[in-house]
Order: sequence, then structure tokens, then C-alpha cells
Amino acid sequence: MSDGIKLTEEQVRRRRVRSIALALVLGGLAVLFYVVTFVKGPGVLDKPL
Amino acid sequence: MAHLNTGNETMEPAAIADAADFRVAAAGDYFALLKPRVMSLVVFTAFVGLMVAPGPIHPVIAFAAILCIAVGAGAAGALNMRYDVDIDRLMSRTRTRPVAAGRIEPGEALGFGLFLAVASVLVCGVIVNWAAASLLAFTIFFYIVVYTWWLKRRTPHNIVIGGAAGAFPPMIGWMAVTGGTSLDAVLLFLLIFVWTPPHSWALALCKADDYARAGVPMLPVVSGVRTTKVQIFAYSVLLAPVGVAPWFSGLAGPVYGAVAAVLGAAFVGFAGALLRASDKATPASARRVFAFSVLYLVLLFSVLLAETGFGAWS
Repeated sequence: MSDGIKLTEEQVRRRRVRSIALALVLGGLAVLFYVVTFVKGPGVLDKPL
Repeated sequence: MAHLNTGNETMEPAAIADAADFRVAAAGDYFALLKPRVMSLVVFTAFVGLMVAPGPIHPVIAFAAILCIAVGAGAAGALNMRYDVDIDRLMSRTRTRPVAAGRIEPGEALGFGLFLAVASVLVCGVIVNWAAASLLAFTIFFYIVVYTWWLKRRTPHNIVIGGAAGAFPPMIGWMAVTGGTSLDAVLLFLLIFVWTPPHSWALALCKADDYARAGVPMLPVVSGVRTTKVQIFAYSVLLAPVGVAPWFSGLAGPVYGAVAAVLGAAFVGFAGALLRASDKATPASARRVFAFSVLYLVLLFSVLLAETGFGAWS
């Protein structure tokens, strides 16, 4: 039974940077959507096609 | 698939025995998938289209519109890298791209691009308006299906028709404000549409060997250097009045009109010099046309932004 794959230090670092970048993007989107609800008010989803 | 079950024993396939077999792309590789240099011009022209459009728009909505356009353009770039991976590997200009260089799997680029494309269109529709979102979706579709899949490998006119994808962003910015389009928005589209062929062919003249090696039928490869020079000159002559047109339509003011006239004449001058250049002088002359074409577009849209976008002309 193997202990599985052990990533190199460089791979671990890249994965961490990717995770941080993804978190920042998601956090930014959450802030944007939050602010948009104030700008557009309760009708934010009321968009006629 | 982490293990193969072979009956009584479970064994690991050799393919995953080493960490080096796992590609862990850097965050920068995913950013490079978005073609940031192309995206910067898309964002700039879309921003100008948004700023010069008549009517108000809340800054937060404007920011969301530009963000969606940027991400949509990036998605198109990622999808393009997925489908052009075979020819990107053959060209010196593109072989270091993340998919071509093997840092990101084609399937990853496909998933990344599709997700961003759908997300950018949906967010644009919900936050900005569905007219702008529809044109954004059409732009991504046009770049991938019409340009990348259909035209790029089949005809030397690939960039003439495919260039429309790069010309839509100011119209999307305009539609983000107005919810519709107008003659002025079409003029901004035409400006980039007519500018694209001489811009792209000047680069193609410098990189003809690359395109020939990859089998991409760019004009210098198919029709030769002389025909390409003539076409660049013809398009520069056509571009000059198209560049001034926003002044005649009333969208732009006299400063823009004067700058557009001077820059248009200069573009014709550079293209004329390329037309007359000897074989030896052609690469340097083509590089000058390419560099000036970028300056031309940036300056025209900058003056339009300063004069009309910031209210000096209305």
C-alpha cells in the first residue's frame, strides 16, 4: 500500500497560489454582487428579455 | 483513476507513480490563457464605447459591464488556445502559450473557457442588460466558431471577416448604457473592423514563415508579399475616412476630427512606404506599420474618450 503521491515543494507552492487567487476572485465577486444589490435595489433580478 | 483493481490485489498504474507526472499549472498560466494583451485593447475600446454612449450609467454597473466584457474576451482567448494548440506549437510567436507548451491540458483550457464564457454572459445579462449580454455571447461565438473553427485555417480572408469579433467590444460597451445600438456605435465597430486587416497583415508579413510552417493561410503565405502590401495600402486608404467618420456623425468633436485626419494620413504614409519598400527593407517597414497601427487605434480612442467621453464635446 502506497502513501500516495507526494507533491514537490514547487507544486505545493503553485497550488497554494492558485487557491489564494481563486479565493480573491470569489471574494471580489461576492463584494460586487453585494454592492450591485444596493445599486439596483430589489429589482436586480427583474430583467425583461 | 487512482487504482486499478485486478482481482485479489490492488495496484497503482505506473502513470501516477511520480509527482512529476502531475502538472500543477501556476495561477499565471491561467491568466495567460485569457490573452491579457488582447484583452487590454478589448477593455479599453469597450470602456470608450461605454463612456461616449449617450445616457447615464451607474459606475458600479459600468464596472460590471467592463469586467464581463474582459472575462468574455478572456474566455474566447482560452477557447482559441484550446482549439489552436496544434498550430500554436509550430509557431515561435505562440509556442510558449500555456496549452501549446503543455503547462495546461487542452481539456482544462476548454472547461476554463466555457465556464468563463457562460458566467460572463449570464452576469452581464443579470447585472447590465440582456442586449449587451447577447452581443457579448455572439462575439465569443463569432471568435471561436466563425474565426477559429471555420475561417482561420481555410481562407486568407480569415482576419478580414474574423476581425469583427475584435470590433464588437465598443458596441457592447455602448449597449451596456443604451440597451441598443446606433449609427455612432456602428462607426466605432467599423473603425476597428477596417483597422484589423492592415494591422494583422503587417504582423503576418514579419511572421510569414511561422504561418507557413503551421499551414495557416495568411495573405503573405497564400498570395505573396506584394499582394499583401497592396492590400495593406488599400485598407489604410479606406481606414482614413472611416477614422474621421465619428466627427462627421457628430459623435466626436473637432479635436478628434483633426487628430483622426492626421493619423489617417500618417497610416497611409506608412503603408505607402511599405508598398515601396525593397525586399530587404520590407520586414522593418512592416514592423513600423504594425507599431503605428497600435498607436493609431489607442490614440484615436483616447482622444474620443477625452473629448466626448469626459464631456468636453457633446
